[in-house]
Amino acid sequence: MKKKNLIFFINFLLLFLFLNNATADTSDPKKFIQEIVDEAKKILVKTNTAEYKAEKLTEIALATVDIKGVGLYTLGSYRKNLTEEQKKEYSNLFKKYFLKTFVSRLTDYSEPKIDVISSDKKNEKYTIVSSILLATEKKPEVKIDWRVYTKDPDKPFVRDLIIEGLSLARTQKEEFSSIIESNDGDINALFKKLREFINS
Amino acid sequence: MKRLIIIITMMFLLCASIANAGSTGSEKLKKSTSSTANECFEGISRAMFSFNQVVDTVVFEPLAKGYRVLPTVVRNGTSNVMGNISNLLTIPNNILQGDFAEAGNTVARLAINTTVGILGFFDPAEKMGFPKKDKEDYGQTLGVWGTGSGCYFVLPILGPTTARDFAGTVINIWGDPWYSMTVSNNPMMAEGVFNDSDYYIEKGTSAVDFRAKNIESFDNIERNSIDLYASIKSFYLQNRNKKISNSDKIVETQDESDWEEIDTK
Repeated sequence: MKKKNLIFFINFLLLFLFLNNATADTSDPKKFIQEIVDEAKKILVKTNTAEYKAEKLTEIALATVDIKGVGLYTLGSYRKNLTEEQKKEYSNLFKKYFLKTFVSRLTDYSEPKIDVISSDKKNEKYTIVSSILLATEKKPEVKIDWRVYTKDPDKPFVRDLIIEGLSLARTQKEEFSSIIESNDGDINALFKKLREFINS
Repeated sequence: MKRLIIIITMMFLLCASIANAGSTGSEKLKKSTSSTANECFEGISRAMFSFNQVVDTVVFEPLAKGYRVLPTVVRNGTSNVMGNISNLLTIPNNILQGDFAEAGNTVARLAINTTVGILGFFDPAEKMGFPKKDKEDYGQTLGVWGTGSGCYFVLPILGPTTARDFAGTVINIWGDPWYSMTVSNNPMMAEGVFNDSDYYIEKGTSAVDFRAKNIESFDNIERNSIDLYASIKSFYLQNRNKKISNSDKIVETQDESDWEEIDTK
């Protein structure tokens, strides 16, 4: 009986330590990015099918990227003029658009070798994690920085990728702004473009 | 002809100055951290952009793909030679930007790589403690001196630019020692050693080398953009701001204000 109790106690202790450790991993932005990178590496092996890669990468994006936040940032000041219905429609379209581009961008890289180098806490809300996509025979080394939103330290989210100093979120924002401006501020022009892209 | 070029350059510099002149200190700071720039003539620029895409598809992309077939050592060596020549333009700009330590580093790199590195094919300077740094040009120097970017436009073949950067490109005609040694055949600078064609071959090879390094990146941007013209404009302006600030620090190239308002989680 005493032996059973001891085994139960050890199991409980191990479980507690494991859970505690898992929490510590996600609260450290560098480890958080390392986990994403490791997961992506496993998915992007040559033997996996395109469908499998798309499905798994979508799961990663949904779990680790603040898609709603990125969508609002990307819309810039135009977000302030949207009706509730337009906000819902935009949120829905942006999510589909984002996931499609996310999968498309990453599936170009087969078994990428990424070294997560360092992290730099900018303030309570943001930490920049620096990594390097190592050079291959044909492609040069690429510096990738991750803007991690850490307002809730136990649940960080990625909000931007900065490739060689160029922000993808900012580029997307300026792209959207260009479409809206060239259509006299009509947000429906952007919705139309997003729909065309999603259905292409 | 030179007079016409000077007039055009002065006009663009004036435009860039006017763009800056009306701003207060805080506005100027905000502008310098923002990557956006007004269009000079968007319709023409978009037409030029489409033309350049055709040229790229017909000329540069096939050449870049062919160049990729060459052994890595040849491609790296070619890239090093082009980089070594560009040091000639970087040195006066290091000095004009007041960055004398960088100027010393660039001079050392040029001397070592041209001699020990066999005309720049190899990069022994890196191993000797003279690291490879970013190229500098007169557009960047004007930016460091506080000249605003001015409006944005697209040139045929040469691609995206701004009023300031175009002025910088024109200044290169007189201020680039490599241009003086080749096209101008300046008697003070290796007269008779190089031809006009050397300059244009170097520029063409640099373009193909750059394109070859970015085949997948360009395809990726093209595939994932809903307004490719605007995407390239954004990348170009962000890149120029980064080069002018000579900084790898993300915060200096990012406008935080829009993120601050968003609190979704």
